[in-house]
Amino acid sequence: MKNIVRNLRKQRELTQEQLGEIIGVSRQTINAIEKEKFDPSLPTAFKMSKLFEIPIEKFFFFE
Amino acid sequence: MMKEERKKRTIRLAIWTWTWVATLAVATFGPKFIWENSTLLTTLAICINLINGVLMILANRSLFNHYDELERKIHLESMGLTLGATVIVGLSYSLLDQTNLITSDAEISYLIMFMSVTYLITLLINRKRYL
Repeated sequence: MKNIVRNLRKQRELTQEQLGEIIGVSRQTINAIEKEKFDPSLPTAFKMSKLFEIPIEKFFFFE
Repeated sequence: MMKEERKKRTIRLAIWTWTWVATLAVATFGPKFIWENSTLLTTLAICINLINGVLMILANRSLFNHYDELERKIHLESMGLTLGATVIVGLSYSLLDQTNLITSDAEISYLIMFMSVTYLITLLINRKRYL
C-alpha cells in the first residue's frame, strides 16, 4: 500500500519518535510505514486518521 | 515512558534467563560435584529449575505483550521459521542417529543450539527486511 504519512507528519512538524509516542508504536515502526515496507493495523491507521483529522482512504492508497 | 517500561521488562527477562541457566547448571552438575547423588537434593534442584523456567516464560510473554505490531510480526515470523526448521532438522538428525549414519548419539543440546542460531539469523533477516 502507498501512503502519505511522511508528508502529513512533516506538515504537523512531528518527528517519527513523537508520532510513534502519540500512536503507541516505536519510531522504527513509523519509519517502516513511511517507507511502505509495512502496512499498519486498523487500530493504528484509525489513530493516525484521528490525529491527522482526515479519513484513512485519504492517506493510504491500495495499489 | 514506553522505553522505561520496555527496559524494565527486558531486565526482568534477562534476570530470569540468567537464573534459569544457573539453576540448570546446578541441577546438571550438582549431583556429581556438590551433593554426591542425593535424590532429594537432585529432585529439589530440578523442581527449582522448572519453576524458574516457567517464570522465564512469563517474563518473555510480558515483554512480548509490550512489543508493537511490527515487532510482534518480526518475532512471530522468526519463531514460525525457527519452529519449522527445528522440526525438519531435528527429525532428520534423529533419523541419522537411528540408522547409525552418525557415530555419536543425537543430543538435544545440539538442537537447542540450532534453534537459538536459527532464531537469531531469522530475526536479523526480518529486521533488515522491515526496518
